[in-house]
Amino acid sequence: MELFKIKKDIPFMSYGKVTTMISAVTFVLAVVFLVTKGLNFGVDFTGGTVLEVSYQQAADLGKVRETLEAAGLKDASAQAFGTSRDVLIRLPVRKGSDAAHVSDEVLHALRTKDPGVEMRRVEFVGPQVGGEMVNAGGLALLLLAGGIMLYLTIRFDWRFAVAAIIANMHDVVIILGFFAFFQWEFSLTVLAAVLAVLGYSVNESVVVFDRIRENFRRMRKASVHEVIDNAITRTMSRTIMTHTMTETMVLAMLLLGGDVLFYFALALTIGILFGIYSSVLVASPIVMWLGISREHMIVPPKEGEDSKPVEEQG
Amino acid sequence: MGKYPLWKYLLISVVVLVGGLYAVPNIYGEDPAIQVSSTRSTKIDVGTLDRVKGVLDRAQLKFGSAKVDETGLLVRFTDTETQIKAQDLIRETMGPGYVVALNLAPATPDWMKSVHALPMYLGLDLRGGVHFLMEVDMNAAISQSLERYKGDFRTMLREKKVRYLDIAIGGNAADGTGFIKLQFGSPQDRDQAKDIIRKEFGSLVLKDDADDKGAYLTALMSPSEQAETRKFAIQQNITTLRNRVNELGVAEPVIQQQGVDRIVVQLPGVQDTARAKEILGATATLEFRMVDEEHGAQAALNGVVPPGAKLYRERNGDPVLLKNQVMLTGDYIVDAKSGIDAQSGGSKVDISLDSKGGRLFENATKENVGKLMGVVFIETKTESKTIDGQLVKTKRKVEEVINVARIREQLGRRFQVTGLDSSKEARDFALLLRAGALAAPIDIVEERTVGPSLGAENILKGFNSTLLGFCLIAVFMTIYYLMFGFISVIALAINLLLLIAVLSIMQATLTLPGMAGIALTVGMAIDSNVLVFERIREELRAGMAPAQAITAGYERAWATIFDSNITIFIAGFSLFLLGSGPVRGFAVVLCIGILTSMFSAIMVSRALVQVVYGGKRLTKLAIG
Repeated sequence: MELFKIKKDIPFMSYGKVTTMISAVTFVLAVVFLVTKGLNFGVDFTGGTVLEVSYQQAADLGKVRETLEAAGLKDASAQAFGTSRDVLIRLPVRKGSDAAHVSDEVLHALRTKDPGVEMRRVEFVGPQVGGEMVNAGGLALLLLAGGIMLYLTIRFDWRFAVAAIIANMHDVVIILGFFAFFQWEFSLTVLAAVLAVLGYSVNESVVVFDRIRENFRRMRKASVHEVIDNAITRTMSRTIMTHTMTETMVLAMLLLGGDVLFYFALALTIGILFGIYSSVLVASPIVMWLGISREHMIVPPKEGEDSKPVEEQG
Repeated sequence: MGKYPLWKYLLISVVVLVGGLYAVPNIYGEDPAIQVSSTRSTKIDVGTLDRVKGVLDRAQLKFGSAKVDETGLLVRFTDTETQIKAQDLIRETMGPGYVVALNLAPATPDWMKSVHALPMYLGLDLRGGVHFLMEVDMNAAISQSLERYKGDFRTMLREKKVRYLDIAIGGNAADGTGFIKLQFGSPQDRDQAKDIIRKEFGSLVLKDDADDKGAYLTALMSPSEQAETRKFAIQQNITTLRNRVNELGVAEPVIQQQGVDRIVVQLPGVQDTARAKEILGATATLEFRMVDEEHGAQAALNGVVPPGAKLYRERNGDPVLLKNQVMLTGDYIVDAKSGIDAQSGGSKVDISLDSKGGRLFENATKENVGKLMGVVFIETKTESKTIDGQLVKTKRKVEEVINVARIREQLGRRFQVTGLDSSKEARDFALLLRAGALAAPIDIVEERTVGPSLGAENILKGFNSTLLGFCLIAVFMTIYYLMFGFISVIALAINLLLLIAVLSIMQATLTLPGMAGIALTVGMAIDSNVLVFERIREELRAGMAPAQAITAGYERAWATIFDSNITIFIAGFSLFLLGSGPVRGFAVVLCIGILTSMFSAIMVSRALVQVVYGGKRLTKLAIG
């Protein structure tokens, strides 16, 4: 069974300007949302308390809110969550050394009202730790980008490194833009998904780059344009297949993974879908514009028509 | 078709078998169990085993097996009701010298355990339990030291009749620039004071200064002294936390230093976080009292307590009678350090008091040379109880005698306690003294608690989503790539097996994001196979002979597979450095998953293809 029997190379690079333009527009939109709406940071980053409680029958949110107010916890917010019996209660950071005990107060108030309430999960992050997470997250992102650029420069060429990072950071910003627009909760787990997406996205680009490199060696008479078109066309089948497979797994997680993994899987989904676009249709034009040529891809003494893949410096 | 080397087949077979062995323990469930462990000087032996068995038999509580191993005594039950009843019973019988904790013990067969084949270590978000991150207020520890010095200077100068105009603490304790500044009327006064202070406190750094208002003396704690205070601040807190955690009756608690000033406390299975916080947040004080040697402690046990005395228990449970009069309290202690006694070579603890304390103690010990003195460690805990719907907080004291020693001579500001059994005991004693006297305040800065029902749910959800995803991928791959697709599914299954095996061998902590990582690895691993198959198809289309197409496909794809997987590996690595707890679990799985998927996609899948197609004349390939 074959879905992608493409006989002729699709002239992707002719559309290079268009595809990159679309990409730039979506990028700008994402940035706009990020700046205006901002990310809905989870408690991991802001600090504060989150409790998930479960009642034996459907929870009455109104009563819960009353109980919390009566207990003096005016800044608590309660919302429905998961099933009708679950309630998610949030409280912002409280200064002072009794911040860690807020959750106990909440539970005590709820238990006095209804002893059958069950504590499912409590998370408290003090203000010190929350701030650190934001820093650590940014650092991890930089570290990742740096590591990837270094690796790509060694294996291929600096132009590929630059193109890959631009195209794939674009994916990251798009995901963040979605989260900002819909105000989905951005937790530490979602950040992990974003970093995984970056790695996965670059993976995509690498497959195309690899083919480009091989084409430069094999297609001696072709222009840069043609070489890249061919590379993308030939790898199209594999790209779509792999993404479909990975997305299938992520979909399973979306459906069955429960609340904790939901936004994680969502971030992955967006990343995988946009990843196809950016890795193929944005990274390659950029490589082209940065002036890649056959000479960069072939090291003179080892030039050869041999069919074995030669593992050396590009 | 070319031959695939025999050694590769052998390697794969061995790896798969070993992987299977180490992955299988995860299938066995867990038994509700009771773990009895000893504290300090109590022992677990055959006698204990018989005692426990006897008690359970008499109460007609059925148990599966009871064994003694290096962690203590483990008794397995078939259900949690029996387990809980047994816990109360065993606790009563064994007394306070033992920790009796609920535990979920893996039901792995013994022969597997003997080769260290164990199931994966489940994180708290899958097991249920409490995770605290506590921060020691280092600055307060240093500030308190400065306050003690200031008080001491005052007393000393007054005693020696040296006049001073002012004593104040200045600078910033937070960044180590705290100091004590003394102002004098004349340089002579200042120099006198300097001599006195230098004689008593050799470790302090003293500086002179003068201006038209008078002469000044600045005293600073040396950097090494500050560093030592900080180090002790963490260590003494870890010691006290360990002791307090025992009271909660937790199996496998984790108490570790994290970074410079933080402590991680993990309590699997604990749900009552309020109670845990109260117990961990107790405050400690010390009292020194003479032992009542005229009356026997045994008699007191039976209820006959002589007037003027009180019954205490030592750490190993032995009773001891101490007089009511308090000779010294922890407030006067300014330092406690363990070390080696130069004369005897045994372990000792050096204790320093401030000048007031020194005088007090001189008087106290003058009359009591040759007699026994006990040190009482008092923990004051707040307990919240709901009475008539109201939250009532009561303070409860737990007192324990941590040391009994004979007074050899009249003691003063500095004295030693010798005759300790080991350097560990000396160290613990010193830390407890510090905890009671020189407490470094500690705060909870992060808490993550997961109830057991959610924990079990998380496991189920993680498992189900991975299973569903795997099945869907398997179906799709087989339809699209036919026989080769089927081969890739087997390779994928082996990949999963190896991943679980490595995680089990490493006893890495499996968290919910970790399970997501397993699912993601499976989803990504299929890429390697897709790369190879697409390449084979291409070569076939270009007219290459089938056998060569297979070889070409695997060879050409290797470089691409390597490059693309490395980038995901870098992502996993960065996440590992960043993350804490659950996210770290995800990163570990991602990194290991890359390695196992490279192995299974290249070697295993190739070998399987060889098995299916090798040695045959190929005209067509079932690759779709």
